[in-house]
Order: sequence, then C-alpha cells, then structure tokens
Amino acid sequence: MKLPNIKPHKSITVVTFSLGTQMLAVPANLLREILDPLPVTRVPGAGQSVPGVVNVRGSVVPLADLKQVLSIPDDGHDERRRILVLEVDLAGEAAVVAIFADAVHEVTTIQTEMIEPVPPSAQAWPPDYLTGLYSGAMGFVLLPDLETIFSTLANRPTTNQPQGIATCD
Amino acid sequence: MSDDVAAIFHEELRDLLESLERGLLDLKARPNDMALVNQVFRDLHTVKGSGAMFGFTDLAAFIHEFEAVFDRIRSGVLQLGPEILRLALSAKDEIPGLVDGVQDPGGRRVAILAALRDLMDPGGRPEAATEMLAGGQGDADNLLTHLRFRLSGAAFAMGARPEIVLDELRELGAENIVADLSDIPGLDRLDVDACAISWTMDFPKGITAGQLEDVFLFVDAQWVLDLPQDDAPEGLMPAALQDAQLGAGVNVPQSAELPHLPSPAARMEATSATVRVPAERLDALMDAVGELVILEARLTQLARESRDPSLIATAEQITRLSGGLRDATMTMRMVPMRSLVGRFRRLVMDLSDKLGKPVEFLVSGEDTELDKTVIEKLADPLVHILRNAIDHGMETEAERASTGKPKIGRIELSAEHAGAEVLIRVHDDGRGMDPARIRAKAVAQGLIAPDAALSPSQTYALVFEPGFSTAEQVTEVSGRGVGMDVVRRTIETLRGTLEIDSSLGHGTTVTLRLPLTLAIIEGLLVEVAGERYTLPMPNVQEIVELPPAKAVPKRTEDFLDIRGRFVPFLRLRALFDCTGQPGAHQNVVIVMSGEHRIGLVVDRIVGTNQTVIKQMSKLHASVRAISGATILGDGSVALILDVAHLVGMGRSQSEPPSGGTEVAA
Repeated sequence: MKLPNIKPHKSITVVTFSLGTQMLAVPANLLREILDPLPVTRVPGAGQSVPGVVNVRGSVVPLADLKQVLSIPDDGHDERRRILVLEVDLAGEAAVVAIFADAVHEVTTIQTEMIEPVPPSAQAWPPDYLTGLYSGAMGFVLLPDLETIFSTLANRPTTNQPQGIATCD
Repeated sequence: MSDDVAAIFHEELRDLLESLERGLLDLKARPNDMALVNQVFRDLHTVKGSGAMFGFTDLAAFIHEFEAVFDRIRSGVLQLGPEILRLALSAKDEIPGLVDGVQDPGGRRVAILAALRDLMDPGGRPEAATEMLAGGQGDADNLLTHLRFRLSGAAFAMGARPEIVLDELRELGAENIVADLSDIPGLDRLDVDACAISWTMDFPKGITAGQLEDVFLFVDAQWVLDLPQDDAPEGLMPAALQDAQLGAGVNVPQSAELPHLPSPAARMEATSATVRVPAERLDALMDAVGELVILEARLTQLARESRDPSLIATAEQITRLSGGLRDATMTMRMVPMRSLVGRFRRLVMDLSDKLGKPVEFLVSGEDTELDKTVIEKLADPLVHILRNAIDHGMETEAERASTGKPKIGRIELSAEHAGAEVLIRVHDDGRGMDPARIRAKAVAQGLIAPDAALSPSQTYALVFEPGFSTAEQVTEVSGRGVGMDVVRRTIETLRGTLEIDSSLGHGTTVTLRLPLTLAIIEGLLVEVAGERYTLPMPNVQEIVELPPAKAVPKRTEDFLDIRGRFVPFLRLRALFDCTGQPGAHQNVVIVMSGEHRIGLVVDRIVGTNQTVIKQMSKLHASVRAISGATILGDGSVALILDVAHLVGMGRSQSEPPSGGTEVAA
C-alpha cells in the first residue's frame, strides 16, 4: 500500500489500534477478525519480527510483532491486548497473517487528503515500512505499509544452516 | 456442449494422447509388434470417434487419414517405417491444436496429411479420401447399403435417445428410414426401460463401417450393415472405401467384424469400474478429512478427561472410522508414476535426436504410486535432471567409442518404495562429474573456503547451490549446475531430498527421496523445554535414554554409541535456544534420512499422533529446521521437524574437520 495508490480515493476506512504509546491504522478491508489472545507456538530461529504461529480456526497462521518491525519500544501489555487477523498480499499471493495489538480502538473513515508522507527527517521508523501518517484525535496515527513489511520478512535469508558448508540434504 | 461434457472430452483426450504417444514411441523400438500397432489404431479410432461425437469435425477428418495408414499397417499392406512414426508423432502433436481451434497458418497439418497420403498411395488420388469422408456423395451409385439397428439392453434407463441417433444417421445420408414395430410386446409385458423398436434404412454407396461405428460409439446398440458387393479393382478404390470393406463379409455383426474393438457394451462395463473425479474435489475431501482427524484428536482428549465410559467408547469408534476414512482418502489420491513417464520418453527421444547422442531410455517401477500433488510437482525437476543427463552427462558417439563404451548411451529412470518414502533415481552412464573441478569452481565462486573439507557427496551437492556454475556453461561440470538449485528447491517444498552420486568416466546417479504423501502422516510428539514438536514416524528408528555421562554438553563433539555404531546427536534445547535446565532423564530419538542417522535429544516423549500437515507460511520459509505445523488435540500448534535437514546439520557439524573418515552412521 503506497501513498500514491491511496490518494485517488476520497476516503479510506481504517481500524485503529495502539502498540505501546503509538497509534496505528490498517485498512479495514484487510481485517478478517479480531481475536482474544491465543496460545502462541514459538518458531525457533524465526527471529523477533515473526516469532511464532497461532491456530486461527484450524489454520496455522504466522504471528508478527509490528513493534519489532517498526522499532516501537516494548513496554509490555495488559488485558486489552488482541490479535488482528489480516489478509495481505505476500509476494503476489494472498496470505493470512496475524499481528499483535496492545489495544484496538475503532473503525473510522478518514479523508485521504489528511494523510501525509512520512517526513524524511523522522529517523525513528524505517521509512519504507510506512505508507504515511495522519493527525487523529489522540495524536498522530501511523499507516504501516503491510505489503512491504511482510514481503521483506518473507524474503529473509535462511537461518539454522551450518556455516560455510553446503548441507547434503 | 456444456462445460462438463467438454471437460470430460478433454480429459479423455489427454489420456488417449498419452497412450497414443507411448504406443508410437514403443513402436520405434519394436516396429513389428502387432499388438502395439493395434493399440495405436484403437487409440486413433477412439480419438476420432469421440472427436466427431463432440463436434470436432476437423479433428475427425484429420485423424481419419492418420488412422487409415495404421489400418494398412495392420493389414500388412504397408510396412511401418521410421518416416511413418515421425509423421505420426508430429500429427499427434497437432491434435491439441485442432481441438482448441488453433489455426494452421504454416500449413503443417496439410503437409503432414499430404505426406501421409504419399506414403499410403504413391501417385494415388489424394482427394478421394476427403470426399468420401464428407459424406460419400462422390460416387453416386445405385448400389445401396442397408443398415438395420436396434437399441439393446435397458436403453431408455441409460438415457438413450433414438431420435438423436437417427438424426446422426440422416446426416450420413440415410434414406428410407423405417421403424420396425413387430417386436413390441403387449402392454402387460412391456418393459419401459427397453426399446422394442428397430429401424432399417438405406445409405448411398460409400458409407463406411467406421462412420457408423462413430454414431454408435456411445449407444448400446446391435447393428448390422449389408454392404453391396463391389467388383471394382482394388487399386482404384479410394482409401475410405477400403475401410468400409475391411470385413468384406456380408451380414456380419459389428463385433465379429472388428474383433479388436470392444463392443459398446464391453466398453461401458470397463469404464464403470472407475470414476473420474476432478482433482479439486479430492483436495476438498482431503481437507475435510484433515479437519476431522484434528477434531477426532480433540474429542478423544475430552472423552478421556470426562472418564465417561460411553463417551470414551464412542470416541474410540470415531477414531477407528476416521482412520479408515483417512486411509481411503489418501489411497484415492495416489497416482502411478506411469502418468509422468510418457512425456519423459518423448523428451529423451527428441533430445537424443537433436543432440545426435543415441540414447536408450529404460524405465522401471512405473507402477510406483505417489500422492498426486507430489507427482504434479515432480515433472519439472525430473525434466531438468533428464535434460542435464543427456545434454551434459552423456558423451557424443565418438567420445563414447574412444573410451570403449557401447555406442548407445543408457539413461535409466527407476522408482521404488522404501518404507514411507519413494526413491526415484535417474542414472546415466555418461562421463560423470569431476569432484576436483566442482571444488575448484566452488572455491573460485566463494561458495566454500579453499581449505573446507568436504565429503564426495557434499562436493557433488555443491551443484545445487544457487549461483553455482552459471558463469561458463561450456564445460560439462558447470553445465550440470544450471537450474539445479531450482530442482533442489522444488524437491524441498515436497519435503523430499536430493542426492548425487557420480563416478568419473562411468556416469552419474541422481536420487530423489520423496514422502508418499503431503497430507497426513503418523507423527511422534516430543517435548523440548515445554514446547511440543512432531517428528515424522517413518523417519524415527528408535528411542534411547541419554546416558548421564552425555547429559552435559561438552566443548568437543561427541557421539552416542548405539550398539557399537557411533551416531552424532543434536541437542534440540541448544538448537532452539531454549532457556532453563532439562530434567534428569532426557531421551534421544534416533532419526534416519537417506543412509544417515542422527540422534535428537528431547526432554520427553509424549506419544504418537495422526499429524495433519499444514504448510508454514512464507514468513517462516527461512526456518529450515521446520517443515510444517500441525494442530494438536488441545488446539495448540506443534511444529514438524525437518528430519532431512537436521540430519544434514548433525552430520556436517560432527564430521571431523580434517576431512578424513566418514562417520560410521
């Protein structure tokens, strides 16, 4: 989701949620469901960004932690924590991915003219991972670029491989 | 034509074309085998018949000529030669285009037909055959052909529609159609499912038994054709007429006339034993069975917790039933290798012709069955491997002669079951691979350190590394690597492994090891630091207790002594970065992949379970030690360990750096 692709639309419906003290928003049409926290199975060697998998109605779905991806400080979480199940485009294929949200707020429609590109001076977040931001009632809200984030994660180099030697499998 | 019917025709056509191609290729090796000639004729005839049935008149006309050639070969008039086979194969390649309505601007089809006619009847009258096919108006003659037919058996119950048959006959030029009502019984004995009416009619001269056979192809009917005697000298007779005179005897029922063709009734009986099912329905069934197996595990667990005897008994019955359902579903999805091999024969023949390297292609174990998803995905990697074997592995004829090898090279494709795996081998007796050159190349490309110690199998495996050997494709060694990383990746997505063995100057063997199924496996559930993992049961050899002396990791590598053999082992706690201390009694699961064994140290064995394999998402594609996930009875997710990968890790970690002896495992 790139900013120029959104601008032709007059408005966009988003779901807002928070990670730590930061507000974020994802397009509502990507959201499949919001679940109470589920038991997470850790995937060893998968790294902090996509640390595990969860069972969403019989499907094994990867669970990503956008705090890690967007370098948002992890100050813990409370009973408001939820899991957002999203359907995103992953390297050309539709994929179901779950993300943590420390709290889910509302579904709201925003005018696309309110959305601004991320200022290049904002060093706090990796600029490729953000579509833009807008000013909401409770401070500014980030729009993460989910496609880019998950495509980058999907193309990570392999891990758990012995160094220097081609394995014989 | 409805889409369903079109789909049936296309499927049938695909099978027929495969069979046809196999027949033609086999004929190349055994040109005098009459059974093969008959089989090819039958396939052609069926393609023609169903083509005409479904309205592909161009196709029917095209094949008619082609069929006529084989008919002459059958009757010994024509000698089968390589030229005919070549033409036949290229004609076969035109069939899909004819069906899809692809135009023929290059005139290939016309050229093929012309060449066929030349072969059949040098200097003859090529236009005659086409004319006869168009409806037989060519030689209007007073001599009439008389047809009598009736629908047999429970025709109406089978959905027969005599009016359609009659319409088709009218199109062929039937006249004076008369219904014979004399056999209609009284009302009290009338069988509403049977057709008691028979019909008689006259055809102009030139109607062929073949044309009528097409009409009756899908109708259970008894029919008799009275052919007029014709004294015309044989040499002047058009091909289609000869067809009609095939069984020159008069008043001969069709089944006796063409003994090699199954009668419609026999054909129906043969087909009713199998049912064609679209692949996606099988997939949907498999998905449903997968869900059922997961729920069944949940039910069993709940029943046990409830301690209610009647609930436990019911859960046990469901376990038994779902097990049976699972096995039946999996069996349905098994497809023999044969379905793949046909296209390989052609590939090998074409390549061997093109490259001028005579090659004999031997196949064994064609009946070995694999899950259909595996078979589908296997085609591309095998094509790659075969192409490499001929292109790069095989020497030219001259080279072979100079090294004293037989002039004709051999490529063998074999498939066999080994436990829960299928082994597929491609062996060539070509020039083999040179480990020293592969090594030099890998060092030059920075894939390995100059002093890296590699076993021969590890060295050969370097050709599967992405980026290996694309630089100079002229040498035989570098050529081998083109696209081989793609082959490995495909095999890995099938949870299989790939090995190369080669001996310089004597040939190369590529072995693919594939699981029988990708859907449900028997698994061994283990616990490591409170997390549960599943090991595919077919890979598990035995479980031993970790000797107390080995409980603490040492700095140097160590081995387990399993009945006198040294087996390297991996501590899953360390491998998976687990925290905390293990209990006093750890277990070691000895797993095997290929020829090699390693031990995996786990905290606890939980038990066996039915494992419905769920693929990991692309976000976890980088984690090589995990091959999938499954959902347990309590709804939690357990990861499935990739045994082949772990064995590879264990071996490369434990091989002595000096590169000397192989591990005795």
